Amino acid sequence: MKAFLILEDGTVFEGTHIGADREIISEIVFNTSMAGYLEVLTDPSYAGQAVCMTYPLIGNYGVCLEDMESRRPWPDGFIVRELSRKPSNFRCDMSLQEFLEQNGVPGIAGIDTRALTKLLREKGTMNGMITADETYDLDRILPRLKAYTTGKVVEKVTCSEKYILKGERTRESGGRGLRVALLDLGAKNNIARSLVQRGCEVTVYPAHTTAGEIMADAPDGIMLSNGPGDPKECTGIIEQIRKLYETDIPIFAICLGHQLMALAAGADTYKLKYGHRGGNHPVKDLQTGRVYISSQNHGYVVDTDKLDPQTAVPAFINVNDGTNEGLAYTGKNIFTVQFHPEACPGPRDSGYLFDRFIHMMLSQEQHVGTCEGGKCNA
Amino acid sequence: MPKNPNVKRVMVIGSGPIVIGQAAEFDYAGTQACRSLKEEGVEVILVNSNPATIMTDKDIADKVYIEPLTIQVLEQIIEKEKPDSILPTLGGQAGLNLGMELEESGFLKSHQVKLLGTTAATIRNAEGRQEFKDLMERIGEPCAASKVVENVEDGVEFVRTIGYPVVLRPAYTLGGSGGGIAHDQAQLEEILENGLRLSRVGQVLVERCIAGWKEIEYEVMRDGMGNCITVCNMENIDPVGVHTGDSIVVAPSQTLSDKEYQMLRSSALNIINELEITGGCNVQFALHPTSFEYCVIEVNPRVSRSSALASKATGYPIAKVAAKIALGYTLDEIKNAVTGKTFASFEPALDYCVVKMPRLPFDKFITAKRTLTTQMKATGEVMSICTNFEGALMKAIRSLEQHVDCLLSYDFSGLSAEELLGRLKVVDDQRLWVIAEALRKGIDSGKIHEITMIDEWFIDKIACIVEMEDALKTGPLTAGLLREAKRMEFPDNVIARLTGMTEDQIKDMRLANGITAAFKMVDTCAAEFAAGTPYYYSVYGGESEASETHPPRKVLVLGSGPIRIGQGIEFDYCSVHATWAFARAGYETIIINNNPETVSTDFDIADKLYFEPLTPEDVENVVNVEKPDGAVVQFGGQTAIKLTESLMKMGVPILGTRAEDVDAAEDRELFDEILQRTGIPRAAGGTVYTAAEAKAVANRLGYPVLVRPSYVLGGQGMQIATSDEEIQEFMEIINRIAQDHPILVDKYLQGKEIEVDAVCDGTDILIPGIMEHIERTGIHSGDSISVYPAPTIDGVVKEKIAEYTARLARALHVKGLINIQFIAIGEEVYVIEVNPRSSRTVPYISKVTGIPIVDLATQVIIGRTIRELGYEPGLQPEAKYFAVKMPVFSFEKIRGAEISLGPEMKSTGECLGIAKDFHEALYKAFLGAGVQLPKHRRMIITVKDADKGEAIEIGRRFEKLGYIIYATRSTAAALNEAGVKAYKVNKIRQESPTVMDLILGHKIDLVIDTPTQGRDKNRDGFLIRRVSIETGVYCITALDTARALVTSLENAGGNLTLVDVASL
Repeated sequence: MKAFLILEDGTVFEGTHIGADREIISEIVFNTSMAGYLEVLTDPSYAGQAVCMTYPLIGNYGVCLEDMESRRPWPDGFIVRELSRKPSNFRCDMSLQEFLEQNGVPGIAGIDTRALTKLLREKGTMNGMITADETYDLDRILPRLKAYTTGKVVEKVTCSEKYILKGERTRESGGRGLRVALLDLGAKNNIARSLVQRGCEVTVYPAHTTAGEIMADAPDGIMLSNGPGDPKECTGIIEQIRKLYETDIPIFAICLGHQLMALAAGADTYKLKYGHRGGNHPVKDLQTGRVYISSQNHGYVVDTDKLDPQTAVPAFINVNDGTNEGLAYTGKNIFTVQFHPEACPGPRDSGYLFDRFIHMMLSQEQHVGTCEGGKCNA
Repeated sequence: MPKNPNVKRVMVIGSGPIVIGQAAEFDYAGTQACRSLKEEGVEVILVNSNPATIMTDKDIADKVYIEPLTIQVLEQIIEKEKPDSILPTLGGQAGLNLGMELEESGFLKSHQVKLLGTTAATIRNAEGRQEFKDLMERIGEPCAASKVVENVEDGVEFVRTIGYPVVLRPAYTLGGSGGGIAHDQAQLEEILENGLRLSRVGQVLVERCIAGWKEIEYEVMRDGMGNCITVCNMENIDPVGVHTGDSIVVAPSQTLSDKEYQMLRSSALNIINELEITGGCNVQFALHPTSFEYCVIEVNPRVSRSSALASKATGYPIAKVAAKIALGYTLDEIKNAVTGKTFASFEPALDYCVVKMPRLPFDKFITAKRTLTTQMKATGEVMSICTNFEGALMKAIRSLEQHVDCLLSYDFSGLSAEELLGRLKVVDDQRLWVIAEALRKGIDSGKIHEITMIDEWFIDKIACIVEMEDALKTGPLTAGLLREAKRMEFPDNVIARLTGMTEDQIKDMRLANGITAAFKMVDTCAAEFAAGTPYYYSVYGGESEASETHPPRKVLVLGSGPIRIGQGIEFDYCSVHATWAFARAGYETIIINNNPETVSTDFDIADKLYFEPLTPEDVENVVNVEKPDGAVVQFGGQTAIKLTESLMKMGVPILGTRAEDVDAAEDRELFDEILQRTGIPRAAGGTVYTAAEAKAVANRLGYPVLVRPSYVLGGQGMQIATSDEEIQEFMEIINRIAQDHPILVDKYLQGKEIEVDAVCDGTDILIPGIMEHIERTGIHSGDSISVYPAPTIDGVVKEKIAEYTARLARALHVKGLINIQFIAIGEEVYVIEVNPRSSRTVPYISKVTGIPIVDLATQVIIGRTIRELGYEPGLQPEAKYFAVKMPVFSFEKIRGAEISLGPEMKSTGECLGIAKDFHEALYKAFLGAGVQLPKHRRMIITVKDADKGEAIEIGRRFEKLGYIIYATRSTAAALNEAGVKAYKVNKIRQESPTVMDLILGHKIDLVIDTPTQGRDKNRDGFLIRRVSIETGVYCITALDTARALVTSLENAGGNLTLVDVASL
């Protein structure tokens, strides 16, 4: 069956319909990861967006359900050059086509994804529609596309009630006995898993949980997760985070969590032209000068120009475009990163940050408040 | 970290002659690295014995020593040039081993020379089998159960504990020489004994067999601060068991989930960090196909064939970055030259699929075993890029230039399903075609996977191609079907064959439906950033990024495709120099080529690079976009010449010598006419198509005769026939491949073979020098030792040669290069062959005369004259040096290959010996080719009757050098009778001790064995020669070579004189 991808600038790509049989309007973004399409699909940060994979051969190893990063796929649509008809992997549970169909995600295949990517790079992220309706009418569709916003998507993706994950004793469990509160803003599973594997007990809270409720459980540390959408839409959450900021509890935040903490501390965020989505972005740790390859998925970024060094200083920057990738909060046990140390998909090079967080929590237990600007040597 | 200010003079060690397992990729890496060093203001002192390389040009390095790569020579150069550092990680295994020896002996320390890049300790940890294993154990990275053994008994004992099959890997050898898989004790003993001998340190790793696992490689970079990235990963379609150099390889991996991909990536980074490698490194893994279990197979702490492939596959210049890291820079300080915006500290994202296929030499070694093992056999490779796997594979197949253009090209349709199941077990170069046929016969892909262990995803992709063949065959050909066939890169001629239409009809239908190739860019970042480097590949379906440019003048340079015997790195040398010369003259330059190992496919050589097959259709796609003002074909070997006619049809003017003149040189009748007109004699002969005609001509001329197809390279299929039976045999072999052109039968003349390369501007001729072959005619010029200036011919003959060259060049209206081979018998000179194009000897003669003939030829092509360029026409004054070009062979890598030399070329590379004294030059040339004699001062002579007289003289001279001579019965009798002491040994089938026992006893320096005619490989001589080669004994099959060797040994000794070629 034919399918069309219609962009808000009027560009139309014709391809083949894949996945579920429905029409969607969404924000179109591209991801340059060459593997890990299932992790991309199940990353809640993509809620409200349709993802184009720049790697042309997708679905080669099918779907291994245990690799899901949340309970379901979140993108509104999926755009690929070629969807593999033959999934091949020893863990494969089903084909990607089946997965998309079962989960109601429509998509389009057989289009020139590179041309689409170039368009998004040059014109910036655009909204678009995936439809199988050959009689589409641009005059009626384009205004709808322009009107689309992702809206308050965090509410859509967060968990409905709090739950507890017990720490594992398998690996080096440096975090054994530590209790971490994870605010689920659309968290990928591997954030909690990374802590649990290090021995921490993780309590996951819905995004709208108040600071008071979290504090009442007296966690050793707080983790703010990744999540979808424009950070400035999350006004209520920012307020609560402001309260968490005021406590002495060590806080580690990733992606949306990082942006919200910055906004809570009085900084600003802005939207990138076409975002960073992939598994090959170099970030530099400004403290050590070391460069790590990171997994990224963000369309917004913290504006460090207006950042008061009394509040926070840049801890990481993106080597490619110099944008902010992390902050160390002055006089606080708080450090936050824009990229994804939990990987999945992508490189695991920055997984050491979880160890740094654990070290922060441990130091805090010994002598409260001596870590300066989040620079706890781990 | 900024550049280290203490590094000012760096000695770079090259990899020496091209052999299987160590080919052009090191010229590519070395050239890129040297340019990168010079860019930083560092003085480069280059040492490499290989004259056919670009890295040994004076514009690449400041001092160039084309000297034998031995410790003694390197020490002398260090003493003379006083470098502050050496960089050994660019010259392959050969360069690395030398660097290590210099370090271990303390020589570097005592001369205050630093080892740049990776340290000696790191190299030891990565390369020493036991050290590596211990290190992997320490950091928890799994290796297959294994043990390093130093004798056969320990190996047998160890395998009792882990069980068969086992893999054997000798330490410190290249291309896995001497390795293999043993399924029982007999095989174990055989391979182990051989491997122990070939290893530089007498160690072999005996290892649990992981054959059938997925073979995955990662290319990793690390800087001095510990920043690490992986440039790319690659998946071998052929599972573990086939050397990665012989495997079909795809980049990036296709069948790994992110979990597997990242697991192995993390492991690769863990290893490179632990080894503290600074620079580039290759890590090979075996991944269990149905679990997360993996093993580290090996780590190469240097640039490699895989790193060259990864560079071309991603656009990331590994060697360039490695050189900058060696100088102290960190990855985030080095600009990504492709995007110009980002830095070297990122990982390339591909938005296409890359397929590499090996170019195997079985067309040259028809007696050799075609099976693929852990011992590499390929001489070269091709790479192709497409947005789908089917397309990349189809393009790679037709890039091979092996008379294959699709999965029907090897016909297995005669085999039943049952037979195919058996045939699938054979792991050889035709397995892909067998799989395709199995799918056609309805064999299930699961079953094929079970037998071959090739991942089902790849088998399914082959099935997609087979289904397309079927759809085209059953028709009807709709626009949709045609579009889909083109998306999979089916060439028009294959579609035509399958549909029963003509190629023109297919093309017309394509154009009518707007089905044309688009070009996409390799930009390292999947279009995330705008990139300025025009490095393109074609796809069907999508918008084109290549746009026609309108410079004042634009030229298309056609490359030479994969490296194969007969068409090697020298043509890349010519293509690159021509490109540079055109650029200097203000042309926009465009290169089309498909060889990932070469300099010509580096992203910054031409203004635009198209990584494409070199077929008329693929070239036309580029022409349609670029509309060049002209094309040059004379630098790209036979590959480019073959495209001449098609280019003319496309309306692209051929620059330089006209096509009809090229034809005149190849067409027997036209050429005879020219010879008659110009009064130049040649051996009598005739053209034939059938064996009967050939016999008639042969009998008219009288035996021996030379039989060869026209329009071939490297004397392919050329044979000396001495009887009707042999004619019959050779004609059958030649006609196995349909011949478009007649076969030539010539009277075989024996004399001195002379070779000339010249530049002609249409009027005047420039001959840089005359080269003389040591071996008499009958041995292919590429396999002969060649000497400049010609040492044994007198002035009269030289003048005659210069005169004939001028006459021929003028008669053929040559504009550019011409190569002519002559025979000199007394004062008579006959022409053998004329090639109005560049030749194998062009780089060599350019370097030793200091006359840049490719550059001159290019200028002449553009319209300048030799006089305008500042040269006096005619034969140039002879140099004050002798330069000897020595062929180098890779016979030990190809089981079952006949090593005796003849009219068909067999060498894979060459090295140079240069000195004021002829004998020293000769000695250096042998040394450079790895002939380091004497060792045991024992030799074997066994020659055919006709050679006995000459053998006596040679034997006497070896005897004087203290050699003990063993000889078979009649040779021994002849030697003893003439007063040369020779011990008689028995022939192979006689009782022990035989000549075979003697060779296997490892006490023999040298075997001189001149073969009787014919190709019977069961003859004793064949076995003696094979056993010699496989036990590492130098084996000579021509008495002229033997005489040259003894001459060189008589004059050996003392320090060698060093010649800086850059100052010539």
